[in-house]
Amino acid sequence: MESNCWNCGASAPERFCADCKALQPPPADYFVFFGLPAQLSLDGKELEKQFYALSRQLHPDIFARKSQREREYSLEATAVLNDGFRVLRDPIQRAMYVLKKQGLDIGEQGTRDVPPELLEEVFDLNMALEEMKFGDEEARTQILGARERFEGMCKEIDGELKKLFAAWDAGHDAEVLTEIRGLLNRRKYITNLIKQTETA
Amino acid sequence: MSQMFQIEFDNVPEERIVGIDLGTTNSLVAHMTLGSPRVLEGHDGKIVPSVVSLGDNGGFIIGNAARQELIDHPERSIYSVKRLMGRGVDDVQEELKLFPFRIAEGSESVIQVMLGDRKMTPPEISALILRQLKLNAEEALGGPVTRAVITVPAYFNDAQRQATRDAGRIAGLEVLRLVNEPTAAALAYGLDKRKEGIVAVYDMGGGTFDISILKLHDGIFEVLATNGDTHLGGDDIDNLLIRIALEDVQSEWGEDISHVGEAVQTLRQAVIRAKEELSFVPVTSIEFAWHGKSYKRELTRELFENLIRGIVDRTLGPCRDCMKDAGVTPEQIDEVVLVGGSTRIPLVRSAVEVLFRAKPHTELNPDEVVALGAAVQAGILAGTVENQLLLDVTPLSLGIETYGGVVTKIIHRNSTIPASASETFTTAVDGQSNVLIHVLQGERELVKDNRSLARFDLKGIAPMPAGFARIEVRFLIDANGILNVMARDARTGNEQSVEVKPSYGLTDEQVEAMIEASIDHAEEDLNARQAAEARVDADTILIALERAKKNAAYGELSEEERQAISAAVIQLQAVYNSTDHLLIREKVEALNQATMSLAEAQMNTAVRSALKGTHIDAER
Repeated sequence: MESNCWNCGASAPERFCADCKALQPPPADYFVFFGLPAQLSLDGKELEKQFYALSRQLHPDIFARKSQREREYSLEATAVLNDGFRVLRDPIQRAMYVLKKQGLDIGEQGTRDVPPELLEEVFDLNMALEEMKFGDEEARTQILGARERFEGMCKEIDGELKKLFAAWDAGHDAEVLTEIRGLLNRRKYITNLIKQTETA
Repeated sequence: MSQMFQIEFDNVPEERIVGIDLGTTNSLVAHMTLGSPRVLEGHDGKIVPSVVSLGDNGGFIIGNAARQELIDHPERSIYSVKRLMGRGVDDVQEELKLFPFRIAEGSESVIQVMLGDRKMTPPEISALILRQLKLNAEEALGGPVTRAVITVPAYFNDAQRQATRDAGRIAGLEVLRLVNEPTAAALAYGLDKRKEGIVAVYDMGGGTFDISILKLHDGIFEVLATNGDTHLGGDDIDNLLIRIALEDVQSEWGEDISHVGEAVQTLRQAVIRAKEELSFVPVTSIEFAWHGKSYKRELTRELFENLIRGIVDRTLGPCRDCMKDAGVTPEQIDEVVLVGGSTRIPLVRSAVEVLFRAKPHTELNPDEVVALGAAVQAGILAGTVENQLLLDVTPLSLGIETYGGVVTKIIHRNSTIPASASETFTTAVDGQSNVLIHVLQGERELVKDNRSLARFDLKGIAPMPAGFARIEVRFLIDANGILNVMARDARTGNEQSVEVKPSYGLTDEQVEAMIEASIDHAEEDLNARQAAEARVDADTILIALERAKKNAAYGELSEEERQAISAAVIQLQAVYNSTDHLLIREKVEALNQATMSLAEAQMNTAVRSALKGTHIDAER
């Protein structure tokens, strides 16, 4: 925040201006907003504590009797607070957010191509889903089995991700990030498959 | 005296923010007084039935008085108008089968209801109820009330919320916040005292059902998830009983009275009475008389429960979904709060107890608890209630239409509000100057299965080859649960103009026009009140004069003086019923002048008597 306070002109105001106490426009970056290092591994408890503390400071209810401009900033800031909390509390969303910031956005395309090692599984699942529609009870067992396997895969990926998160935090190695992106894409594909089995 | 009050009120204008429960069946207004919320009373009690009737003289009758009108003049009376708020004609086809709403022709985007031969929108009708509550509050608090917190069902969508806010504006109220009814109830219970815990609020009112699950954290009321049905409530039970009674009547009398408004309304009140009694006694009867014929049917609680079980069961699905979304099991729920008149029904209570495995809280009057909570929220906004904060969620996902009639969700349901999402849009054709964004609310995949909120037209895009424009649109759901949309050209940073075309509801211009119209009415209302106040002053002086005539001093007046007083009295009586308060005041003042010497004489008599040591009654 290099600009001056909008209200009194004091230089380099924080969340609130040190001189006139006016609320400043919020930073857009979630990590900056929460005052946390841009890391993939994060202490959930600490984040939650910060969320409650900031809610008490920033919520529009507290600014109901303030100027129009401060009310607007309060609304903006609380939206960033809530959006940021939603993203940062979830390891997967958090990783995707960091990827995006690093210019490695997960595009929609990534999830449409079947990962080669899953080709057979996907083929079998689609068959079973089709058969289910015609009331084949055996297909149901097959689908439930598939779901269990997919959930196992997800768990495995989560374990790998955890290690990669720590690796990225340690050295900010671009290759690690690419690897994370690959895993996230795969994970997204698998969670979509799980969703399909749930409709059965 | 009045001078003293004046000073007192001038000191506390901030605090005069009221909390309003604008209910389907009943409405209430409450205020935070000396640290605790209380329901404010009008002339005929705390509860203002949400009934509006158009009177003979073109004025409106609201509340208790309108309930009788509902029977006498059903064609120009309306109840349960909340069911129509923010809805389109297509949405309410089911209601039209059950409720005697007369929808006017040409009600495509905003429903218009006929009250007699007058066309009115649901927000205008709700505004009349709000204005009555506003008047009650002004009388109780002794000064103008212009700001309010109004509650809405948690499951209300954007259009329904906007309609409620519009109603407030039309009634001359600045709506500082819309609060979800179950959340307000949690505030009223002051459950924060337990510091930490999970609370479920089960709210079944006249027309809507809500379930909310909250996490309490040292004064913060954080809603984890909410669910509900905006078409489920006590009205449904009434309609079920009416249908049965109408069938009975048809077979007993050989007469179909289902289209006779007066008869159905009389019957409605009879079944409501029976329904309410069954919460306290095991057996009662529905009794109904019409044009010399009578109908009576015994109704046991057992039979009643069998009849309504289906309706009660419809609340359980949303409860289970809500727990799932909140990520809690019934065992983790520490407390359950019951809200809404329908939760007095024993079957509802036992169903809740079984589902959540906890004995529900019923200490507060379920009819009042929402208004009390709204008053607490008003106190939070006024700064008189500290260390309490509500963090609510949006009940429905927000999405935009993409290729092939599919909805892409951009803000998911149960997200804490305020919440936002940004999307970048571009053009598909060279030189395209407009981009139309269709925004929807709901959980389904296809556009046609969701609720259309509005179309936002990004206008005046500079001519560019297809795909070059970059318009960044920010969708922000505010603390009221209402969507705000801002757009800017990402290349220039300039603000991009957006024209909002709401799918249902009033445009800003329409609301402005209604506010204008209501200000005219407000003048009539104000005149009526000022005249009433002038009459009170007239009464005071006339009564004092009658009493003074018995005083010895009156006998000491000259004949002339006595004649002057009599003339002034006659003149005052002549204008007594006038609607012109200035005229009444003028005659009061004239009488005041004419009795001046009498007052002096009386004083002298009093002094003389006092000197003699004789006791006389001092005139007050």
